[in-house]
Amino acid sequence: MTINIGAIAPATPSVAAPAAIEAQKPKRSLGTLPVSLATIAVIITAWSLASAYGLVSPLFLPSPLVVLKAIYSVAVNGFVDSTLAEHTLASLLRIFAALAAAIVIGIPAGLAIGTSRIGKGILDPIVEFLRPLPPLAYLPLIIIWIGIGEASKITVISLAMLPPIILSTAAGVKSAPADFINAARSFGATRLQILLQVILPSTIPSILTGTRIALGAGWSTLVAAELVAASRGLGFMIQSAAQFLVTDIVIAGIIVIAAIAFLFEILARLLERWFVPWAAHR
Amino acid sequence: MSVLSLQSVSLAFPADRDISRTRLVLDGVTLHLASDEFIAVIGRSGSGKTSLLNLAAGFLKPTSGRVSVDGVDITGPAADRAVVFQDDALYPWLNARDNVAFPLKLKGVAKGARRLLADELLAKVGLENAGSKNIWELSGGMRQRVGIARALASEPRFLLLDEPLGALDALTRTRLQQFLLRVWSDSKTGALLITHSIEEAMLLATRVIVLAPNPGRIVADIPANFGRQLLSGKSLQDIKDSPEYRRLHDGLNGLIHADSEEEAA
Ligand SMILES: Nc1ncnc2c1ncn2[C@@H]1O[C@H](COP(=O)(O)OP(=O)(O)OP(=O)(O)O)[C@@H](O)[C@H]1O
Ligand SMILES: [Mg+2]
Repeated sequence: MTINIGAIAPATPSVAAPAAIEAQKPKRSLGTLPVSLATIAVIITAWSLASAYGLVSPLFLPSPLVVLKAIYSVAVNGFVDSTLAEHTLASLLRIFAALAAAIVIGIPAGLAIGTSRIGKGILDPIVEFLRPLPPLAYLPLIIIWIGIGEASKITVISLAMLPPIILSTAAGVKSAPADFINAARSFGATRLQILLQVILPSTIPSILTGTRIALGAGWSTLVAAELVAASRGLGFMIQSAAQFLVTDIVIAGIIVIAAIAFLFEILARLLERWFVPWAAHR
Repeated sequence: MSVLSLQSVSLAFPADRDISRTRLVLDGVTLHLASDEFIAVIGRSGSGKTSLLNLAAGFLKPTSGRVSVDGVDITGPAADRAVVFQDDALYPWLNARDNVAFPLKLKGVAKGARRLLADELLAKVGLENAGSKNIWELSGGMRQRVGIARALASEPRFLLLDEPLGALDALTRTRLQQFLLRVWSDSKTGALLITHSIEEAMLLATRVIVLAPNPGRIVADIPANFGRQLLSGKSLQDIKDSPEYRRLHDGLNGLIHADSEEEAA
């Protein structure tokens, strides 16, 4: 799970006047949407046809309708002692607990790397060690250290989320315009005031981008961690279903996971629009 | 009255290619700015104008010489020397009013008082209705006025302006020049204006300073009173048509050009 630093750079600034941006909006949002919807329709149709004509065994690929029924059945009756909502909630709680921890640790760490030579010296090697490691490689170690409970899963997910948040925060600090800082200095700001009132706000777009990447990394780590050690959660649900060759529930689980990841993405974009409307105008 | 002084100030940067060597950017610059003066610094690109302002602001430390306010050496930037930047440097996450109130917030002024003072300053720069506007909704000229109001909010003794009008169209620029002149004469602060425009320097400043490049040094320090004439109601056209204006304009033009010929030779 290598994270490309280039991808963490803040959104491309737009120099166009607000009026021009307003005028472009309808065109841009219509741009790829019809094509994307058509693609999805084609895939589902092909899937239905393949199942209907028996091209693939239902054991390998149940029809979309069967999968839909599986989703309904898991939602109402549950699977391995929990309903779909309970599995989903268990996963979401882990994700958000891990995200909270990663933000609380990652933002100050990123600020330290970005603003202080000593901070960079201490933290850089740690982040660079952690960053390229697949979280599943250290999951067993974490389990040895802190047991098989919730804490170990949340720790692993947090560790997967930390590098993108730390690195994007540090990159955001670097991209804070020197004039912003100099202006504050010429109005008599202290170092702490500059950090909290100038550097931190200019870093927020970058932090949000990092959080988006972290959610992606965390979500894939979560599912993997639940495959290994859990008694509830979407990853666990898929793993159990696979053991009994209940393929419709495996696919149902995958679709739910994809849908949630997609919702995260939309949520992150909305947050960006609410929190940093100015980022698009910089 | 306060005085901002640069005494035999020199500044060297690491040379472009060879870091072990240095390049002299300013050489023995001596300049005293009283808090009722308006000094304009003109000079070709690369002559060290911005470096001079950065030294006065405290963003840079001189390689040799002293920078002081009322005889006390400065230790860095401080609220008595507020800077207005070429690309406004307004904070986009704050609206116009909160940008103006920013220096007050740093000083711990309470929210209500801050708001009141900021609105007063916005009115002073002719933007009474723009307080809750976002920065990106403002035109370039409006942004510079917010930047000037913000600098005034820190109640500086000296305003340091690095080509604040450089990026504006000619019409807006002329309007803001007269506006700047009025702000300066009302606020009783000293002003150090960096500019590329001889005309702007002459119309605003009580002293025009010419910086020659390589290394940057003061080659002329000429008093001017066209700004005072403008303030006392004389028309811009009349001033520009006057022989004394023409003479100074030609003189300054010659100084800047003489310098480039000398370099070519
Ligand atoms: N941080 C720096 N490191 C090295 N050299 C620098 C640095 N800042 C400026 N210089 C050099 O010092 C010289 C003077 O620069 P300065 O920005 O003060 O000129 P200026 O008169 O403001 O020019 P302009 O009119 O283009 O703004 C230039 O040759 C520039 O290349
Ligand atoms: Mg300059």
